[in-house]
Amino acid sequence: MFDTARADEIRRLQDRIRGMQRTRLADRTLPTSEALAELLPEGALAAGGSYVVDGSTALALELLRGPSRAGSWCAVVGMPDLGLEAAASAGLDLERLVLVPQPGDQWLSIVSALVDAIAVVLVQPPARARVGEAAASRLGARLRQREAVLVSTRAWPRAHARLSVTESDWAGIGAGFGHLAARQVTVASSSPAWQGRTRSRRLWLPDATGAVSLVAARAAGERTAVSAPLRALG
Amino acid sequence: MSCAPRLLVLHVPDWAVRAQAREHRIPESEPVALVAAGAVTACTASARTQGVRIGMRQREAQGRCPGLHVEREEPAIAARAFEAVLAALEEALPGWHPLSPGTAAVRARGPARYYGGELAAARTVVGIAAGTGATGARAGVADGLFAAELAARGVGGSGAEAVRIVPAGEAAAFLSPLPVSALGDPELASLLPRLGIRTLGAFTALGEADVAARFGPLGARLHALARGRDPRPATPRIPPRDVDAVVGFEPAVERVDEVAFGVRAACDDFVRALLAERLVCTALRVELTGEDGELDERVWLHPRSFSSAEVVDRVRWQLQATEALRSGVVRVRVSPDAVDPVHVHESGLWGTGPDERVHSVLSRVQGMVGHRGVLTPLLAGGRRPADRQALVPWGDRATAPRERAHPWPGALPDPPPTTVYAVPRPLRVEDVHGRPVTVDERGRVSAAPAVIVSQTGSRRDLTAWAGPWPLEERWWDPSTARVAHRVQAVDASGCAWLLVLDGEGWWAEGRYD
Repeated sequence: MFDTARADEIRRLQDRIRGMQRTRLADRTLPTSEALAELLPEGALAAGGSYVVDGSTALALELLRGPSRAGSWCAVVGMPDLGLEAAASAGLDLERLVLVPQPGDQWLSIVSALVDAIAVVLVQPPARARVGEAAASRLGARLRQREAVLVSTRAWPRAHARLSVTESDWAGIGAGFGHLAARQVTVASSSPAWQGRTRSRRLWLPDATGAVSLVAARAAGERTAVSAPLRALG
Repeated sequence: MSCAPRLLVLHVPDWAVRAQAREHRIPESEPVALVAAGAVTACTASARTQGVRIGMRQREAQGRCPGLHVEREEPAIAARAFEAVLAALEEALPGWHPLSPGTAAVRARGPARYYGGELAAARTVVGIAAGTGATGARAGVADGLFAAELAARGVGGSGAEAVRIVPAGEAAAFLSPLPVSALGDPELASLLPRLGIRTLGAFTALGEADVAARFGPLGARLHALARGRDPRPATPRIPPRDVDAVVGFEPAVERVDEVAFGVRAACDDFVRALLAERLVCTALRVELTGEDGELDERVWLHPRSFSSAEVVDRVRWQLQATEALRSGVVRVRVSPDAVDPVHVHESGLWGTGPDERVHSVLSRVQGMVGHRGVLTPLLAGGRRPADRQALVPWGDRATAPRERAHPWPGALPDPPPTTVYAVPRPLRVEDVHGRPVTVDERGRVSAAPAVIVSQTGSRRDLTAWAGPWPLEERWWDPSTARVAHRVQAVDASGCAWLLVLDGEGWWAEGRYD
């Protein structure tokens, strides 16, 4: 009988072992955008992998952009409030996007059905649902077999990487003037492959033209002031 | 004239508008007009007596006849309704050639011999049509399709007699006093009178070679028609085999799964009967009749073709979603709305249409969450983020409710919100002193918004805001009119919000997260 703290510790160590063991060469990957490449362990979405994107729909859509551009089908499960215009302007191909906004209690079986034919599935598990280890590894086997990718907006066991937005600064808006125009975010990514270290990058999400890119003038460890782009947007 | 076959044409006046009025349960005596692209394309006799004319603008027609029922023209309804008339006609006389919904032709020689004369044959045909609900039909017999159709339409006659016979060889004489507009070519109809040629007789008086030189091949063809030379034969159609699956329930069935089970065998037969004709069904019409006579009807589309299990699924989904049915189901009718030859739907070497595997997986998911559970996105036009997007069930035809290419002044600039609440969330917006923020009639905020408080009571401090931008939409229509002020705000965590103030208070319409 373990108490939860010890169980968590064991799980953390198992994750670490698994991260160090992942040394196969011929893993197929799905290309993703350049801005996110450095934040993912393989430099791209690994086919059969699962990822967690915490607290930012824009970041999740950016993860889907590369595969969608390359002609893969994408599905979004359990997000009835997804902004479709934002999805289109993020570069997703709406012709190959399907939504299951209200999956109800059978969301997990719907996700595993979708994985059969759809390359990237973005899922928001219900708030009260907790994904069990067993269910996740069953789905993981299916993902590997179909070479599909799962992106979850809530905690997911054995995720390849967990991306979250730690800082977010909007440009173009002031105290009663301007409008939302561009945003700089700091995205932190942690992965078992990096032995518990996190990487973080400063991104435009989106910049004034709607594109997502790395902030060019990035001094190590120090974030650029957002006032500069504000003046530039003038 | 040996070059024109002797034909009998049946014409039902105003068929399109009458069929559509019947479909929408409007009595035939009411004035009804069909409209396409803003102009009247057909109207009933009662509308005509009140001054409505074909080709008139919709507004002018409504101005002349305020009680006018205006319906959008749907040719499929007229064609479908005429199918029943044709079927009854074909039972009596084979070899009908449908010209348009409401008009059909048949070779006159056989019927004339059988019924003892052309007049008797034409009267019989009119009687058969009246028996199927196409009352007031007219018939014409003449040499050639052109003359026979004009005779049936009652052009140039007294109009009182339902049957008009143009004796053999007299087609040219019958046509000669008719106006040139009878040719049905709008360009010639306006040009010839300006040249002083008002009747078909005057037109035929021109030399054949001169007409061909001046008006080209089309003019030469119309010239031949006007002389009563119409070589077009009546091509008998092959009557379609009735493949509809009809299942009756006695007593009425209340439960969806019982109905689905009951129609399964019939749906198998339906798909098999189509396959025997080398056809597959790509659009399906399902009609459910309730015990109290109410009818629920819809068309289901399929990106490829229906299998029998998918037909049963559509019946089930329609039952689950129905609002029209209030009693048990007594009758289910499944009929093909569009069919394709089988070979078109053989999977190609490199695949065509949506990926087969994607389709079968999405159909499976639709089986789990229902037809409206799996949606494809669509961008539309509008000023509010929720108006600018639409969702269409997988397999249905995607049409944007509002044209996106229109300018939509007043829409928010990019970037669009990444979260658009399907149901806006009510919240409170307060200034630094905790007073609610309002917007006065000059469009100024009472104080700078400082805090947003959600319904659950969680507070977020605002670090930046912009607006308010007024929005006054559709003021001419009280049911959809909307007056609101929009504000963008950024909270302390860096998450931005689209806040809207209308008559009922503040709402969060979207989030930039």
